[in-house]
Amino acid sequence: MNAEPINVTGTPIRAKGEILLSVENISLRFGGVKAITDVSFDIRKGEIRAIIGPNGAGKTSMLNCINGFYQPQEGQIVFKGERRAKMRPHRAAAGGIARTFQNVALFKGMSTLDNIMTGRTLKMKKGFFWQALRHGPAMQEEIAHRRVVEDIIDFLQIEHIRKLPVGKLPYGLQKRVELGRALAMEPELLLLDEPMAGMNLEEKEDMCRFILDVNNQFGTTIALIEHDMGVVMDLSDRVVVLEYGRKIADGTPDEVKANQKVIDAYLGVAH
Amino acid sequence: MSDIATRPAPNLLANPLVKFGLIVAAIVAALALGVRLDTSNTFYAIFVDPFQQMVQAPDLLVQTVWEGLVSGVLYALIALGFVLIFKASGVFNFAQGIMVVFAALTLVGLYEKGVPAFLAVIITLGVMFALAVTIERVVLRPLVNQPDIILFMATFGITYFLIGFGEALFGGNPKQMIAEQLYLPKGALDLQILGGLVSLQKIDIAAAVIASLMIAALAAFFQYTRIGRALRAVADSHKAALSVGISLNQIWVIVWFTAGIVALITGIMWGARSDVSFALEIVALKALPVLILGGFTSIPGAIVGGLIIGIGEKLGEFYWGPLIGGGIESWLAYFIALGFLLFRPQGLFGDKIIERI
Repeated sequence: MNAEPINVTGTPIRAKGEILLSVENISLRFGGVKAITDVSFDIRKGEIRAIIGPNGAGKTSMLNCINGFYQPQEGQIVFKGERRAKMRPHRAAAGGIARTFQNVALFKGMSTLDNIMTGRTLKMKKGFFWQALRHGPAMQEEIAHRRVVEDIIDFLQIEHIRKLPVGKLPYGLQKRVELGRALAMEPELLLLDEPMAGMNLEEKEDMCRFILDVNNQFGTTIALIEHDMGVVMDLSDRVVVLEYGRKIADGTPDEVKANQKVIDAYLGVAH
Repeated sequence: MSDIATRPAPNLLANPLVKFGLIVAAIVAALALGVRLDTSNTFYAIFVDPFQQMVQAPDLLVQTVWEGLVSGVLYALIALGFVLIFKASGVFNFAQGIMVVFAALTLVGLYEKGVPAFLAVIITLGVMFALAVTIERVVLRPLVNQPDIILFMATFGITYFLIGFGEALFGGNPKQMIAEQLYLPKGALDLQILGGLVSLQKIDIAAAVIASLMIAALAAFFQYTRIGRALRAVADSHKAALSVGISLNQIWVIVWFTAGIVALITGIMWGARSDVSFALEIVALKALPVLILGGFTSIPGAIVGGLIIGIGEKLGEFYWGPLIGGGIESWLAYFIALGFLLFRPQGLFGDKIIERI
């Protein structure tokens, strides 16, 4: 009867898909400060994986390790079967990992359209000589990519700001443009760092809908950091919980919610 | 009842028209006062006489403006090299001036060693590319994420290295640019206009045309290509650029190489007008006031700024210079730039920083 078979805990079966990325025993230090200590978890193809934890738990550091901004001192990252001690941002992007940032990082002077077009950088192959002349194969290529970008703009409902420089847009829209740029890369794995931070209820609902649509329509695997527990519990298939750089729980939203360590971490514990 | 008491008083000065009107009124009042008090005729000599000369001998004015225009184009070329690198990496490249000298010296030096002129140009381009790669590997990459001032100091290092390296390879004597071998025109074009004779050097015309073409090409490159878009992206945000797979290292090589090409063309043009020597490096510092005027991040700014400085300098020297014994050409540009800094620190076309808080 059901379109999607559901297991007992309410998790869709697709969370049992093959492993897309796994981090193994990652440790990251800045001088004497331990940001992450011996953390392992995996992300399966097609799922929405949440990373939660109190402030300073190492969530953003973890994303930075996954896409190569930080190089962990210990541990390895296996992505699509390839095992690496070090990830490089360029290689991560080429391999299909896209991301957004906690405090939006956009190209402020450029228009929404140009911002999202930068997401196509790695997909454009024609020589820049042709591009400068705006003729021949490069022109066709540009048009093809432009079409993809226009589709994304439609999808995110930001047609009205296509030509505006993004520095002037309100924060909620900037976050949406940033998501658009990441989507333009047609990623296999999309990392979202607090996609709903600083948004009002309506904007949050929009963003949730976009995230679910991306996951359903394009089958994109998503790893997201979020503080809004309601959102996390609704959206995600599995949740990993970090505290002080260590993993304290990993499982379905219901399992995590019932975990005593998680309750202590969030509510505090009497000593 | 009404909020009249709490409403702030209207700020008349905030209206640009009112502000402008007030400034004009103040200038007119000062002039009127000046004329009345003018006993030693200095006022006449500064504010009236030069303009009378301009009207009386329009051919001389045209000649002066033309010369200003040409040096302005060359200043603009040098400033362009600075802007390219500043836009893409946020580094003020002090070495741009010496890159001009180095490129010109390499070209002439190769020719003197018996390499045909056009082959020498191609090899020089290769040398500039090698230089760009070396700078990226040896200087920029190890210093990534360091404060801007450190990178700035590093470009001082590059400057002195290139001076020493250039002298060791090619000697310190001034050299003749191989203008003829590159088929650059020679001689002058005399025009009979405005009741006088205006003489235009053909090399100057060529310089203006080539510079315009190159600027147009660069603008198209920045606007329409994937790499141009990537360059602008890197200028805005390093981490966002990295996240979409733009390679910073590749971009840096491209900008430094582009700046190298601009340097070579500037070197050929400057060299053809005077000669190729290390003194050119001082001229390159003129790009600084040009940049202050035009804005550090704007290509049109570099061009307009260059023209304003070039023309202003020549007019100042010719019409006002004699009042204080001449020689004001060397500092007038810096003086204009200083005045500009007071009123528009971001330059004419510089990015006004948009920051939502």
